[in-house]
Order: sequence, then C-alpha cells, then structure tokens
Amino acid sequence: MISAHRLTKRFGGFTAVDAIDVEVRRGEAFGFLGPNGAGKSSTMRMIGCVSPPTDGSLRILGLDPAKDGPAIRARLGVVPQRDTLDEELTVRENLLVYGRYFGLSRAHVRAKADELLEFAQLTERANSVVEPLSGGMKRRLTIARSLVNDPELLLLDEPTTGLDPQARHVLWDRLFRLKRSGVTLVLTTHYMDEAEQLCDRLVVMDGGRIVAEGSPRELIALHSTREVLELRFAADDHAPYATKLTGLAQRVEVLPDRLLLYTDDGDATAAAVARRGLEPLSVLARRSTLEDVFLHLTGRTLVD
Amino acid sequence: MSAVGTIARALPVPAGAGLARTLVERNARAFRHGWVTLVSGLFEPLFYLFSLGVGLGALIGDIDAGGGRTVEYAAYVAPAMMAAAAMNGAVFDSTFNLFFKLKYAKLYDSVLATPLGPRDVAVGEITWALLRGLLYSTTFLAVAAAAGVVHSWWAVLALPAASLIGLAFAAVGMTVTTYLRSWQDFDYIQLALLPMFLFSATFYPLSTYDESVRWLVQATPLYHGVAMMRDLMLGDVSWGILAHVAYLSVMGVLGLLFAARRIERLLLR
Repeated sequence: MISAHRLTKRFGGFTAVDAIDVEVRRGEAFGFLGPNGAGKSSTMRMIGCVSPPTDGSLRILGLDPAKDGPAIRARLGVVPQRDTLDEELTVRENLLVYGRYFGLSRAHVRAKADELLEFAQLTERANSVVEPLSGGMKRRLTIARSLVNDPELLLLDEPTTGLDPQARHVLWDRLFRLKRSGVTLVLTTHYMDEAEQLCDRLVVMDGGRIVAEGSPRELIALHSTREVLELRFAADDHAPYATKLTGLAQRVEVLPDRLLLYTDDGDATAAAVARRGLEPLSVLARRSTLEDVFLHLTGRTLVD
Repeated sequence: MSAVGTIARALPVPAGAGLARTLVERNARAFRHGWVTLVSGLFEPLFYLFSLGVGLGALIGDIDAGGGRTVEYAAYVAPAMMAAAAMNGAVFDSTFNLFFKLKYAKLYDSVLATPLGPRDVAVGEITWALLRGLLYSTTFLAVAAAAGVVHSWWAVLALPAASLIGLAFAAVGMTVTTYLRSWQDFDYIQLALLPMFLFSATFYPLSTYDESVRWLVQATPLYHGVAMMRDLMLGDVSWGILAHVAYLSVMGVLGLLFAARRIERLLLR
C-alpha cells in the first residue's frame, strides 16, 4: 500500500523527516508514534499527497504522488489532526459536498451520506449546523467524511486526541470495523493505549528518524523489561533519588513527577527499595507498556 | 466558465482534477444559509445609478459622450456603475471571502485532501464570483433598461463584459489575498480601489484630464472596463473595443495562473 524509501522532507534548513524507510501492507493497521516535532504529521502529509517529498522515493497504492496525486487521493481517506469541517454547511451537507469533491454522483453521495450518518451515530443531528456539535461528534463526522469515497487506505492523524473515554471507545470500535472490512489504517498517535489497541505494527519516530519498528508486543520485549516499578517522592525534583537507587533495577527513568524502575520483578524491587530506607509517597508495580518503550527510545516524556 | 477551465488546462499551471464545479456547488449550498449577503450586492450599484445618474444628472444635463454625440448624464454614468459594481463584487468575493476560507475556515486544507488541486480551487472560486456577479449585472441592466438609460442592443453584450471585468479583478484579487497576513492589510486593497473607482473616467470623460496624466488613467484596469461597458451600452462599438477586451483577458488569465500557483505554494508545502 505504502512504500517509502529514504523519504525526506526539508523545510529550508530544517529536516522534518530524515530518510525514513516504511512499508505498509494491505489490510494492516500501521502506527506512527513519536513526540511532537518527530516528523509524524509531515510524513502523513506526504502520504496524503499534499506535501511533495524533498528527497527519496514514495509509492502509494503503487502510484507516484508527484504524477498521480489526484488519482491517489481519490482512493484515500484523510482524518486531519484538527477538524476541518465546513462550518457553513450542515452535518449532512458536509458529507454530500465532500463526496462531490471526489466526483461521485449526487444519488450515490446521498445514499452514502445516510449510511455514514448511521455509522457515525449522527442521524439525529443530520440537519444541524456543525458549530454546536460536541468534540466527539465533530470527530466522528470528520471520520465519516473521510469514508465518503470508500477509501482503501485511511490516514488518521491523532484520531482521538481531545475526546473523553466513551467517545474514544466508540471511535476505536468504528476503526476496528473498518479494519475488519479490509481498509488499511495508518495512524499517528501519542496515546500508547491507542497504539496497543489498534496497531498491528508501528514505528517510533524521533527527530525525523525511525528509532524502532515492530508489533507492540515485539517492541515491549525488545526495548523494555517485563515489569515497571513507579515511585513517587515528596520532592519537586526526582533526579537526586535516582542515584540512591543504583543497582536496584536494570534501568531508571527520571520523569518530572516520578521515577520508573525497569525490572523483571516489580514487587521484589519494591522490597529492595524499602530495605534501602527510602520512603516514597506511592509505589506501583505494573506490566511494561508501549509507553515505557516510547520513553526509553525517545528519551523524554510526551510533550504536547 | 468552462472556457476558463479550458484555458487553465492548456497552460503549465498547478495540478487540478477538473472538479472545480464541485467547489462552485459547495459555495452555492453555503449561500443558501446566508442569502442576505446576496441581496445587498444587488442594491449598491442601483443606489449609485439613481443618486448620481438621475439625481445629480438633472443638474448636469447632457454630456459629450465622444464623437460629438451628447447623451443624458444617467445614460453616461450607468455603464460606469455597472463596470465598477462588477469590479467591487469580484474583489469582495476574492479577497474578504477567500481570506476567511483560507486562513480561518481552513476550507482548502480539507478540499486539497480530495482529488481537487490548487487549480480547481482557483477556477472554482473565481467561477463562483463570476456567477454571483452575473446575477448582479443582469439585475442592474434590467433596471437601467427600464429606466430608459440603455441606448442600444449592444448592451446585451454588457453581461459577458461584466463577467470579463469580474474575471480580471477576481483573479488578481485572489492572488493578492494569498499575500495578506491580517485583516488590517485589507486597507491596502481599499486604497487601490477607491481612487480607481473615482478617477477611471467613471463620472466624467477622459478628455477632462490634462494630456500629461491621461496615460495614467488609461493604464488602470477599471478605465478599460468602464470604456468597454460605455461603448456597448451607448452603442458606440468599434474595433477599438478589442483593446479593452485584450487588456482584461490578459489580466484575468495571468491572475488565474498566479492565484493557483500561490495556493499551491501556501497549502501544498
């Protein structure tokens, strides 16, 4: 579906995407993870054929974006990071008009709009203007809009950012259904649970480069320990505590509000911490997640 | 309007999918929710016609329309009002409305994610401005004819002539808009439009000016719009009118090319 080789994007002297190689296969859900400024959105824009690559090669659906931009875009669905709904139109009109941009017939678009309103649970708001809708509704409408041309490849840039937990689960459910029906999903996210839930494979980007690639499970096995012990101390700065913990874990990560100890047995490490006479405010032993991989690889907390 | 598309396709311009009409459709739909703005555009030129042409015209009497022929002032000024209205309508649509869609509504960000390209955006928006302008100019012409200030059947050609003026100004207006940073910058547009409206031989003949400044007046696009319109509505048509047509056509086509190029530069980075 997508084949990028040494794909590069430069803005003046700044390199946003630095010679990345990516292969996305038909039917899979593929994720781009990374902190802000890692180059995820620039990559997505190049894949969406709205940003010409500076260097390297890029093929989408077997076509060249430089030559076949309109033909590729006709088969893509795009959910941008920020909702770009048409606020001068109603909910239903947003779907109708967007479908027309793809050159679809009025009759086809009308039928499709009804189907998508149902899918996005917006049938009752069909004739409402867009502006007063809740964030979750707008997001669902944006996703419904991206499906109006029955895309083979759906690009989602931070699909659930800013939504409440219920709305996120509804959205994930819709995305699962799409995946089951054979749509290839490519998404960026900085929600690790979202990546673990949705992605078959993912890459972690940092500073325009790909720093890791694999399934969520593989990445955890490769870049993290089995368990993580979280310690919170009554101090503004947690760095001094890290030195007192040397030798207790395979690795210690210092976050602004807590320390993460990477270990194979969280409870045993917690007991060892207590034996050193340290008294954290809170102690939590848990399984390793993708977030730990992320922190390790990008060497920082998520900034947004 | 499809002529515009044909010209655009023939030239080495930014990509498009030939779907500009769907953007026109979008604008028509959006307009159904805000038709009041449509009506306001109808009245402005008519107010000018009656206040200046009929009201002030009663004091002025007849005026030399060139070639030793005299006409009543209302008949003299009506074509100028029609040309100026075509200019104002096109500029308004391609500056204020476009700026809002470009910077605030982010309309084209979502449009360009579909098969539509920057050329479709430029052609679609300008076509819409022209369609709207056509509605205004038709109304104006009908009222002017009813008021008895239209003197020739040539005046029927005043409708495509108004569209040509609209094309020239909308295309250049769109290009200019892509350079604007904030609403304050719109004052520069007013600064260019108002003197053109007042001094382009709109209210009095070119011969009023001293020989030394006539070339300056003749260099402005509105002068050519007004002169073309006046020839048609007074029935003084000669081959000379083609010079005006050529001036405005070149302005329109170049404007369209630059506008599409600028949209590409701005949005497809």
